Amino acid sequence: MYAVRMENITKRFGSVTANEAVDFAAFPGEIHCLLGENGAGKSTLMRILFGLCRADSGLICIDDEPVDISGPRDAISLGIGMVHQHFRLAERLTVEENIIAGCEPSKNGLVDYDGARERILEVSQRYGLTVDPTAVVEDISVGQQQRVEIIKALMRGAKVLILDEPTAVLTPPEVEELFVVMRALRDAGTTIIFITHKLKETMEISDRVTVLRDGRTVGVVNTADATPDSLVEMMVGRSLPIHDSHRVPAKDGIFLQLKDVSVAGKKGSRARLDSVNIAVRGGEILGIAGVDGNGQLELEEVATGLQRPSKGQIIVNGQDVTGSDTRSIRDSGVAYIPSDRLKRGMVDSFSIARNSVLGMHHSAHFSHRGVIKEDVVRRHAENLVDVYDVRSESIDQPIGSLSGGNQQKLVVGRELLRPHSVVVAAQPTRGLDVGATHYIREQILASRNKGKAVLLISAELDEILELSDRIAVIYEGRIVDVRPTNQYTERELGLLMTGQRNGV
Amino acid sequence: MDISGDASNKLSKKNAEWFARPGFARFVYSAAAVVLALLIGAVLIGVSGYSVKEAYYNLFMGAFGGVYSLATTIVMATPLLFTGLAVAFAFQCGLFNVGAEGQLYVGALASAVVPLALEGLPPVLRVIIALLAGAGAGAAVGFLPGYLKAKIGAHEVITTIMLNYIATLLTTFLVKTYFRDPGPVDQTVLLPLGSRLPEIIPGTRVSLGIVIGILAVALLNYVIRRTVLGYEIQAVGQNPHAAEYGGVNVRARMVQAMMISGAVAGLAGSVEAMGTLYRFIPYFSPGYGFTGMAIAVIAGESLWAVIPAAILFGALQSGGQSMQLFAGIPMELMTMVQGLVILFVAAPGMAEMIFRRKSCGKEGGGRA
Amino acid sequence: MSGFVDIVFNVNNLAATIRMATPIALAAMGGAFSERSGVVNIGIEGMMLTGAFCGVLGSHLTGNAWLGVLFAIVGGGLVGALLAVFAIRLKADHVVTGVGINILASGATTWQMQVIWKRKGASDLVAGLGTWSVPGLCDVPVLGTILGTHSPLVYISFVLIFLGWVLMFKTPLGLRIRMTGEHPEAADTVGINVHAIQYFCVILSGCLAGLGGAYLSLAQLNWFSKDMSAGRGYMALAACIFGGWNPLGGLGASFLFSFTDAIQMRMQTAQISLAVEIIQMIPYILTILILASAVVRSRPPAALGKHYESGHANK
Repeated sequence: MYAVRMENITKRFGSVTANEAVDFAAFPGEIHCLLGENGAGKSTLMRILFGLCRADSGLICIDDEPVDISGPRDAISLGIGMVHQHFRLAERLTVEENIIAGCEPSKNGLVDYDGARERILEVSQRYGLTVDPTAVVEDISVGQQQRVEIIKALMRGAKVLILDEPTAVLTPPEVEELFVVMRALRDAGTTIIFITHKLKETMEISDRVTVLRDGRTVGVVNTADATPDSLVEMMVGRSLPIHDSHRVPAKDGIFLQLKDVSVAGKKGSRARLDSVNIAVRGGEILGIAGVDGNGQLELEEVATGLQRPSKGQIIVNGQDVTGSDTRSIRDSGVAYIPSDRLKRGMVDSFSIARNSVLGMHHSAHFSHRGVIKEDVVRRHAENLVDVYDVRSESIDQPIGSLSGGNQQKLVVGRELLRPHSVVVAAQPTRGLDVGATHYIREQILASRNKGKAVLLISAELDEILELSDRIAVIYEGRIVDVRPTNQYTERELGLLMTGQRNGV
Repeated sequence: MDISGDASNKLSKKNAEWFARPGFARFVYSAAAVVLALLIGAVLIGVSGYSVKEAYYNLFMGAFGGVYSLATTIVMATPLLFTGLAVAFAFQCGLFNVGAEGQLYVGALASAVVPLALEGLPPVLRVIIALLAGAGAGAAVGFLPGYLKAKIGAHEVITTIMLNYIATLLTTFLVKTYFRDPGPVDQTVLLPLGSRLPEIIPGTRVSLGIVIGILAVALLNYVIRRTVLGYEIQAVGQNPHAAEYGGVNVRARMVQAMMISGAVAGLAGSVEAMGTLYRFIPYFSPGYGFTGMAIAVIAGESLWAVIPAAILFGALQSGGQSMQLFAGIPMELMTMVQGLVILFVAAPGMAEMIFRRKSCGKEGGGRA
Repeated sequence: MSGFVDIVFNVNNLAATIRMATPIALAAMGGAFSERSGVVNIGIEGMMLTGAFCGVLGSHLTGNAWLGVLFAIVGGGLVGALLAVFAIRLKADHVVTGVGINILASGATTWQMQVIWKRKGASDLVAGLGTWSVPGLCDVPVLGTILGTHSPLVYISFVLIFLGWVLMFKTPLGLRIRMTGEHPEAADTVGINVHAIQYFCVILSGCLAGLGGAYLSLAQLNWFSKDMSAGRGYMALAACIFGGWNPLGGLGASFLFSFTDAIQMRMQTAQISLAVEIIQMIPYILTILILASAVVRSRPPAALGKHYESGHANK
């Protein structure tokens, strides 16, 4: 008998298929890993199970009974609990208040805090989840906050517990503590579904593994029968060596350098970046390969001045710009295609024309004594739209009315047309259709061929392989390996990206 | 997870179409709100036993029917033009300036008192300096909430409301203690002819103030549309993350926006003191600052629209007076209509404004 | 200087402080409930004014002041419902809606006063509430003068504020309210009906503000006059913030406001040179200082002012 069975689940968002006829099943009393890369569909599948999303088609059975889950409350009443990556905790309330809200034990109309505390301590002792019920949530560590979330789920009778990338924010000792808790829960009969991309953890903690790739189930194995290699092969697909069609690039001086850069984590949690050393020369593309959430965001922000490193130096064109503000760093020649286009890269209610000069609007070229030179801006925008094939009706249109692909083309064009020697391109083709993706990759290659230093950060391994001259793998904030592209095999990359050192 | 890229872009296309002619759509919507409010007013009038025809005839004539009526409308609209502009400008930076009331008091006091020390100068100079003093006083009061918001994120709605009280009390205190014109009433000395804003329509109280107001709208509109300062302020208001990415000093711009807003609100007081009252009288404002908020909401994203919105409210005031005088209907009915207009415009109107803001806390590339 | 000390520590002043704090403290508690659930309530001023008017209306129609109080509570609650519908259902901006409500209330009450009593300044006199003397307490020296004899609403408000505090911090409903204002998504996930909680809190705040208004027109005076709330609603908001969105804190903060009010009235008659306005400014300056000092307690509920859209499922 299965505790959870999901059959033939399909879910599409517009033209993107997140899950395609996915089958998933877990027994009671097991730790089951849901393994896959970014975009594999793991999170979507579990969101469907927890009722945050509705599948387009398919069947869900709990304890072999078909069920209809229309929202989190249904899921909770069926004994399903979920601990999200971003905790749903009211920071200013206490631990016990967060745990009991919505199902408070009461005596004479008042909340029975003593009774609640007893039950919380009982659960926490049973499974090793130490918490202080009277502590305020914003004062406790991330690891402790996670325990609160787990207790919350358990106290609502969760027999199936979904953990979404729980170790992303934990320090190694906290990970071990979590594993102890998970084993205790499993031994008591709880089903734990553990979403992850990390091989080492999968091998260490799980009983069985379901591997997803590109929205489909690739295979289900007993962990005892699996090896890191076999899992990576399922995750990544091909084990062919990479074809090498790059010409040998001209090597100029080092235009961008990160020396020993670290970014501290919040309040005692793991460092977001840990002693990162990177150097990018003119005329080369250094690709940063890794699964989302391993420090890529911090990397792009530190290199462009949006974040200050807690340690280390940023050097652009030989000048130390550590601690400088974004404007000075970018003005010293750094073009930046941000990973979150809608949040960072553009103002969606501004026109195409206004967006085409974002970040350069203050320069002597586009303004004079504080007044913007409208005609120069317009000419620039028209040129941009023309050269980069941005499909639009007029440059006065709000950029929000364009398709994602055209928006990105504008952002890429804007950045590549400004005076620069370094390009930081983060997730440049995320969410785009085939045509736009192809176009933008061409532009990045063209940039490299013109002698620029390109730092390419992408969660798409294909993209990294296609474009990079050298590849650095980032894992848990550290650069674990750097080699010329043709010295890697895809399998090795897969292993490194999921935490196996030295590709073994 | 950013799977929603394409889905969100379809949604944004629909919004963008709706906004393709933002001015027009907004105008239609605001006009509908006003009509609806007036209809409800008509119902209330009828239910109370008055003649709706007579009432609205007098309302209209009182607002627009003749030189004197038009003049009264303009006089009543003038301070509202400034406070509306002040709040609307702060909105451009995503800030709520609820403190226009306090800012106009300090501006009024400054402008009522500074010319008294400048008797030796020619009138033109006196007036200009007095206006600058009023704007400066308002800017100083606008600085604090802006600074607190930028530095520690203190909600500007609360700090500005507090400052309203402080400014109102402070100006009253200053008048009573230092600037009192000897006599039975607490007020400042009557401004001599050379220190006043001249009348532009002889025989009425329409002063140069309205012209200054329109110029102020034109100036701030220019700033927003054509200057680096305006570009950055708008960027901060629409998407502070993207502004940061674009190298904008977000905090500095917030403070500057509040100071400019405060300066304009200060001018509201200056223009009242120098053009209508010819002195400073404590508690002279019947809520210009708050009504200014309503005007800013109606005007939406366009600063020019502040002018018709202010005239509308001025008309309701002026027409309301007439309605009371000739049809015996209490003026408060027009106050009610004003309140209703605010409510109706605020509903989807503000939701639409929120639509355009970058909101945090939504998954991936989702829109608000 | 001794004159100043006399005034500050005068027993009658303290009695006046207790009295005059009542409407502000009630409205402050209303504000606390509303904001703890995530809805900014600038419209408390209008709700208080409406309550004052409805109180007099009720007393006028029935001849019974207590029925007037009932009218006031209902009237305030209806205005609260208006804010709730606009802010929650129609997703209007909370602050602007509050401003609109205040303007509407001012116009509506003055107009109705004209309709009923043909005067715009003040209504007729109506039956008021009188005072109660607590037996035993009112004979105690000093304390008896301060607390012993007051309008019944004063004693009732003490009880209500205590009950409100219990509700907010000790009951399941209170926990849900606080959860809603801090993290509506989390609240929704665990089965709390976010909108229902918000409606409840906003209407409750209207009722409380209305009751505070009834104090003004039926206890402090026996009539309604134009705009008689005179900014007390905004003071209540300041008291709410100063008091950390806590009914008891709001009560203490209200004492601060009413104390300065009582002193300045005394000082006017006693011809003390220290300006009354400076004294009246103190509570507001203190509020800003508290906000500026980023003390943890002074931070508002995390989701205050946001519109929550439940139902992320079914997408």
